[in-house]
Amino acid sequence: MTEIFTIALIWSTIRVSTPLILAALGGLFSERSGVINIALEGMMLAGAFAAAAVTHAVGNPFVGVLAGMAAGSLIALIHAVACIQYKADQVVTGTAINILMIGMPAFLSGAFFISSGSTPQIPKENLISLTPMAIAFVLILITLATWYVLYKTPFGLRLRSVGENPEAADAAGIRVARMRYAGVLLSGVLAGVAGAYVSIGQSSLFTRNMTSGRGFIALAALIFGKWRPVQTMLACLLFGLTDALTIQMQGVFKDIPVQFIHMVPYLLTIIVLAGFIGSSRPPKALGIPYQKER
Amino acid sequence: MSLLRELLFPMIAVVAAFIVGGILILIVGDDPLLAYGLLFGSALSWPVGIGYTLFYATPLIFTGLAVLVAFRCGLLNIGAEGQLYIGAFATAWVGITFANLSPWLLIPMCFIAAILGGGVWGAIPGVLKARFGSHEVINTIMLNFIAVALLSYFTQYHYKSPSDPIMETVPIGEGAHIARLGKVIPGLPEFIPLNVAFVVALICCGLVYLFLWRTKWGYELRATGTNPSAAEYGGISVRKQIIVAMTISGALAGMVGINEVLGYRYRYYDGFSDNYGFTGIAVALLGRNHPVGVIISALLFAVLQRGGIPVDAFTEHVTKDIVQVLQGTIILFVAAEAFFRGPFAKFGLLQRSKV
Repeated sequence: MTEIFTIALIWSTIRVSTPLILAALGGLFSERSGVINIALEGMMLAGAFAAAAVTHAVGNPFVGVLAGMAAGSLIALIHAVACIQYKADQVVTGTAINILMIGMPAFLSGAFFISSGSTPQIPKENLISLTPMAIAFVLILITLATWYVLYKTPFGLRLRSVGENPEAADAAGIRVARMRYAGVLLSGVLAGVAGAYVSIGQSSLFTRNMTSGRGFIALAALIFGKWRPVQTMLACLLFGLTDALTIQMQGVFKDIPVQFIHMVPYLLTIIVLAGFIGSSRPPKALGIPYQKER
Repeated sequence: MSLLRELLFPMIAVVAAFIVGGILILIVGDDPLLAYGLLFGSALSWPVGIGYTLFYATPLIFTGLAVLVAFRCGLLNIGAEGQLYIGAFATAWVGITFANLSPWLLIPMCFIAAILGGGVWGAIPGVLKARFGSHEVINTIMLNFIAVALLSYFTQYHYKSPSDPIMETVPIGEGAHIARLGKVIPGLPEFIPLNVAFVVALICCGLVYLFLWRTKWGYELRATGTNPSAAEYGGISVRKQIIVAMTISGALAGMVGINEVLGYRYRYYDGFSDNYGFTGIAVALLGRNHPVGVIISALLFAVLQRGGIPVDAFTEHVTKDIVQVLQGTIILFVAAEAFFRGPFAKFGLLQRSKV
């Protein structure tokens, strides 16, 4: 056992949890405002691609991260316009974005870098290298900031109120559509950074569909964390731990197939959603477009 | 007139998506007309193009129907992907385990395995929703991942030939093979994997239509989808309908296994699905959640899938990824059809159609 539970496991957990935490906190802003966000995966892919492509082009990873944020928010804007302005089904729109974003970055990479859907390798000196300690510090800071914004600022109160009871919020003079746009766009910014971390943080280039379902795990963590910032971060760490364990376990525990460990986050989410471990209650108006009374 | 109204939005959405795709092709420096010409020209050429297009349409008809049945009950099944994997594996399992049985017994057993496998996997989120009220969208997403992990485990540890470097099971018995249509259609070469499953898919469209619009059970299911509280008041058990709809939906998705395992690869191939489950959502939505619409839109998406290959090969910059871009854009436009209702509202035939 001691072979597995080492300091290396903790660092590895932090590394794999980072994109999950960023994306899940992004999803939190969107869902607390009442807009379902299964497009986190697509937003992450957009962020990952833009970050890698721009870093390759300008040689500065910080500009790359900004580009990732911008790309994530652009996709979020599409989601927001479709769901808020045109009252499209939020799950269907999210699915559309996810399919679109499997194709679009690969299409652009194929066209501009003459590749089979990936961006060129970025030299090491053009990447940011952060120590796990620094990453952990930033993550805690972002989580606390999310908590503070959501529960201690007027903005957070308004955001939560349009997710719970948009009619009452509207009657109180809060602009429901505007708050929801803010929520979805924030999710795009954070998911974009999460994507950037995957492409130019964990790796050194973008490859086709490289987030490979992390957006969905982030969504699962958000539900497992009952739509609350600190719990969501802890859920991400738990899910990240299961992932890190599969890497560490190879060669140590040959008897437990990695597939079973991969299943853990998904099973836990189903169990928690069914109410077996406390109750996980989504925001009341989640998924319902708001129609102002005439 | 009502047919025109039904067809108009989907057609506008498709055309708009092709325009967006065309602009993208222009941006990367190719000729959109050339690319689209290649796409449709190759996918609609007889016999190879059409043969493959119909073959690609088969799983999409099944998943489109799966999404349709759930949708008519007011549920969004985005778990067709997992259900079709389970169905396909169950089919292969029966085909391997009872390999020596006579085809007359083995093929029906394999069919039942596909239906049951998918049905059970679809029933789980149905029961979870009916019993605990947990949302089917989240549960089906989770079950997709669980199915993939579970089947990868079974393939790797129990049903793979140890010498095989590919993640696939050992072959099914020859008695479980179903005929390729090349055998009966003159001019269609037999190397094209289009098989009896395509006919089965068409029959399923008919059955789904009869079930939903010509039986009491179908009426109850649709009533639940239209207005659950009114249905409950009218004596329909909404919980039961949710479970029934999700089970049928899963069973239809599971039937993809008939095409894949019995008619094409003759074994279970890990990760074979090219997003069939998710494309099924697009197929159902574009097809207005009607079986006939499902056939038409499944054909369209199959054309894209088949036509993407020559576009990749014969254009300078455009890769087959354009297919996913087009698919995603089509769904986005169909979902946000209010976007088009604005500019076209003055024609007066675009009131909200009943979905």
